[in-house]
Amino acid sequence: MITSSKRTPLTFLVHATVLFLVIIWTIPTAGLFISSIRDKNQLSTSGWWTALSTSEQRHVARAHEPKAQVQEGDRFVIRGNLFEGSAGEITKFGSSSLRPDEFDVGTVAELKKGETLQVLENGDYAFSSPVPWKGSRGDRIFYTAEVPPRFTLENYREVLNSEGLGKSFINSLTVTIPATIIPILVAAFAAYALAWMRFPGRALLVAAVVGLLVVPLQMSLIPLLKTYNLIGDFFGVGSKTYVGIWLAHTGFGLPLAIYLLRNYIVGLPREIIESARVDGASDFDIFRKIVLPLSFPALASFAIFQFLWVWNDLLIAMVFLGNDADHIVLTGQLRELLGSRGGNWEILTASAFITIIIPLCVFFGLQRYLVRGLLAGSVK
Amino acid sequence: MGQLASALVTMILGVMGCAAYFYGSNFLLDKIFPTKSGAAAVVARNLRVANNIRPWLFLGPAVLLLTFYLFYPVIDSIRLSFYGRSGEEFVGLANYKWLFGSDEFYESFRNNMLWLIVVPTAATFFGLIIATMTDRIWWGNIAKSLIFMPMAISFVGASVIWKFIYDFRTGGEDQIGLLNALVVFFGGEPQTWLTIPIWNNFFLMVILIWIQTGFAMVILSAALRGIPDETIEAAVLDGANGFQIFYKIMVPQIWGTIAVVWTTITILVLKVFDIVLAMTNAQWGTQVLANQMFSWMFNGGGDFGRGAVIALVIMVLVIPIMVWNIRRANAEMEGR
Amino acid sequence: MADVKLTNVKKIYSNNVEVLRDINLDIKQGEFIVFVGPSGCGKSTLLRMISGLEEISAGTLEIDGVVVNDVPPALRGIAMVFQSYALYPHMTVYDNMAFSLQIAKTSKADIDQQVRKAADMLQLTPYLDRLPKALSGGQRQRVAIGRAIVRRPKVFLFDEPLSNLDAALRVATRMEIANLKDSMPDSTMIYVTHDQVEAMTLADRIVLLSGGDIEQVGSPLELYEHPANVFVAKFIGSPAMNIVPCRIEQTGAQTLVSLSASTSIQTPIVTESSEQAKPAFFGIRPEDLVVVSAEQESLFSGEVSFVESLGEATLLYVKIPGADDMVIAKQAGTLSIKRGDNVYLSAPAEKMHLFDENEQSYLRKG
Ligand SMILES: Nc1ncnc2c1ncn2[C@@H]1O[C@H](COP(=O)(O)OP(=O)(O)OP(=O)(O)O)[C@@H](O)[C@H]1O
Ligand SMILES: [Mg+2]
Repeated sequence: MITSSKRTPLTFLVHATVLFLVIIWTIPTAGLFISSIRDKNQLSTSGWWTALSTSEQRHVARAHEPKAQVQEGDRFVIRGNLFEGSAGEITKFGSSSLRPDEFDVGTVAELKKGETLQVLENGDYAFSSPVPWKGSRGDRIFYTAEVPPRFTLENYREVLNSEGLGKSFINSLTVTIPATIIPILVAAFAAYALAWMRFPGRALLVAAVVGLLVVPLQMSLIPLLKTYNLIGDFFGVGSKTYVGIWLAHTGFGLPLAIYLLRNYIVGLPREIIESARVDGASDFDIFRKIVLPLSFPALASFAIFQFLWVWNDLLIAMVFLGNDADHIVLTGQLRELLGSRGGNWEILTASAFITIIIPLCVFFGLQRYLVRGLLAGSVK
Repeated sequence: MGQLASALVTMILGVMGCAAYFYGSNFLLDKIFPTKSGAAAVVARNLRVANNIRPWLFLGPAVLLLTFYLFYPVIDSIRLSFYGRSGEEFVGLANYKWLFGSDEFYESFRNNMLWLIVVPTAATFFGLIIATMTDRIWWGNIAKSLIFMPMAISFVGASVIWKFIYDFRTGGEDQIGLLNALVVFFGGEPQTWLTIPIWNNFFLMVILIWIQTGFAMVILSAALRGIPDETIEAAVLDGANGFQIFYKIMVPQIWGTIAVVWTTITILVLKVFDIVLAMTNAQWGTQVLANQMFSWMFNGGGDFGRGAVIALVIMVLVIPIMVWNIRRANAEMEGR
Repeated sequence: MADVKLTNVKKIYSNNVEVLRDINLDIKQGEFIVFVGPSGCGKSTLLRMISGLEEISAGTLEIDGVVVNDVPPALRGIAMVFQSYALYPHMTVYDNMAFSLQIAKTSKADIDQQVRKAADMLQLTPYLDRLPKALSGGQRQRVAIGRAIVRRPKVFLFDEPLSNLDAALRVATRMEIANLKDSMPDSTMIYVTHDQVEAMTLADRIVLLSGGDIEQVGSPLELYEHPANVFVAKFIGSPAMNIVPCRIEQTGAQTLVSLSASTSIQTPIVTESSEQAKPAFFGIRPEDLVVVSAEQESLFSGEVSFVESLGEATLLYVKIPGADDMVIAKQAGTLSIKRGDNVYLSAPAEKMHLFDENEQSYLRKG
């Protein structure tokens, strides 16, 4: 835009600042993504930014039970591997929780009563004792290991395999798509009427829409639920229906939709609309053939926002659609996961990332309309 | 598969039903009062009638939905605020007395004011800065997409993400929370961020700012593109530098849009309770009005009266913004 | 086919400003009428009231003898060309021109035929598939005109259609509009402009508006030669007519006026004896003044305070006794007169104008 300032220190500053902001804004999500594909043990012991480096971890494992012992000469030996298939490199080990890194790897540690323990770098260990091992549980081995980075889709598999996620995905779509299109349609007509048609009470209506923008929707829930129950009983369909939630999302989304779209439509050149009127177009024609196509960028932009809001909504879905398998939406399902598997970071991260995917696709698919403009200026 | 099909059918029916209303009603209107042909006097009369009816065809669904989903609940809340727990026995001003006598209210009121001041300001400010700057670098669209990304994340997801950032580990354990890891790296003491009074509010606000900046940026960037290049070129010729152009030429021209963005975010701030609920569950002095209302209405059987009073406070708080917006809308409408 | 008649038409906007007061106008079929006047005088408002885009606050508007106050724009048989062209940005040139016919449910074949005919007439055929943004200003203007033509309206309305074009294109398009008029002799055209050259060259009759009133209606030459008042006299013609305050010394068939103690002028204008000794305004156009030598009979003399050489003509700004404003004289070619010279100015008697104290013209004899 300002060609004269190209390649000046200012431009450099701009690049640097934007880069800085972008990094700040992306880091949290990046962290989430990286965490979601990490091994669940590593995930809870080291920061995600260390994911690529080898980490030093302290672990404790139990040796095999005494019944796995074999007699070698005069000693009774229990052998096994601490990693059991996964990779790593042990640096220190010990047999008591007080001094978990007492011995260097490879040394033969002398324990009480003539017992010895040897642990090799690759995790192989050997307990040996002059008398047979007794008891039903194996002894504990403490070790410090350098574990190489490990990435896995295991977390996703676990989340996706859990009951009903696929179904709730479809439920979410069933809620979201009409709950995006219907308010846009209704709002666009209303916005046009408020912007370009003359009728008594117009100013009042505009004021009312702006006023309703600020009604906190939590407030509506109780009165609405009561009415929903009445209506549901009347038709014998119960109060939790898809139509019910579409209309609820529509009602709650309308003030902002009308407000934003009216702002845009009011900005369309007056002469174009008058010209259509002289050409014999009725308001319905003008709306369909002139205003709708010209407002397309604004409609698409609003569609993106409404889609995101509905998709990410939990409250309205909980109240108006319920939690049974036929109706539960993705966010609800995830919340249930959080409830039942609360402490499991790997479930949290993977499932959080799954909720993001569709909205991100929608955003990247439609973003050129966002870029083209939400507000007047499309018809310069 | 069967479910997919039935979902599809439901969706199509829903959307078609809505479209059919608009087409059908306008078609009927044109049929009953034909205006395309016929005797001039009849046509003129028909047209007058049609022109009086048509706005209401356009507005009908919107007006009905707004009345049912927003207007009626507001009225009902005002009524409920004078009633007791179950909404049945009249208690006069008891709920109001309770509210203004409770410490929790002052806490959440103070926090809400902080939220109202900080979040819209910061989100709009960052949005504006980023929109301006990304407009003149070649990778601007990539930058915008990345900054918009948090918009796509649900509050549940965002809470998971930020719990990860604010995480705290005791003793000598490695910090897996980014913030504490940084603090430790620079030699500081790790903190339990979410329990530090007052400041924890700001840590929660950061989350909403992080989410909403993308919204502000996208809309403001659109508005910036609508500014005629000539005005900027004229300013360059007049010797204005980059910052003067920004503050004196560009910002005034998109003032209306800034107002829209500001209003939208402000309203959102008032309604947000999910973040507080998920991050701190309103402990450690982080209560906000929306969450307080939610817990009164839905937890432990609910107290509709008290919930309604808090809802009304929220509404009163935004009346200034409302009035300002209404006046702006009216001023714009003059001569149309 | 289409007479347009306005009777006592008024426009009052919601803020109670009376933008137009009592407009009476009788436009005959096939006439080319131009509304001129200074900015804000209500030209556009009047045009928009005729089109039906603006409500008529009082009075009646008849088209073809039918009162159309309440008839919607589309049914008045009018077409309008806007200053900003108002092309539909998302439609091709073809669709822009076809739009009104499609709305009227004309058959495809008819639409095609009419659009192509209009496009042909305006040399738009090569551009039919383009979007308006891919056209030059002049081409867009022609599309706007084409869109009006295909409707075959009884009355064409133009609101400053040329004001967005550069000077050369403006002349060319002006001529195109003149041709258009010739090819459609039955259509009435009403044209708004504040450019008096456009008004003079295009109009059959000019309607000069000022501050919500009609000042004068007449052919371009009538307005030029017989301005009804000082406003019209000064508005039409460039540079504007010189108006010098004076006093009526002698009434009758030849009125004698005095500009100052030393200067009196004998005009061939009839005044009643009741006008005796009243203040008045003497008017003479710069192009009617000629420089004469001292000995010859002159109207007045004065010192030249400024000389403008335009090449084909020279403008002399002369300070004469009794007048606050300088008198301008337009002389053909270049002159050797310099600032500070004293010049004697004369004018043919039949070119003189005299206005009464209310700035209304006295009738001129002959
Ligand atoms: N909607 C309105 N409400 C109030 N006053 C108006 C409105 N529209 C126009 N006016 C006033 O009416 C007067 C006439 O306006 P109009 O547009 O007809 O002027 P115009 O002669 O076309 O001027 P221009 O040559 O500048 O186009 C102006 O003083 C204007 O301020
Ligand atoms: Mg005008």
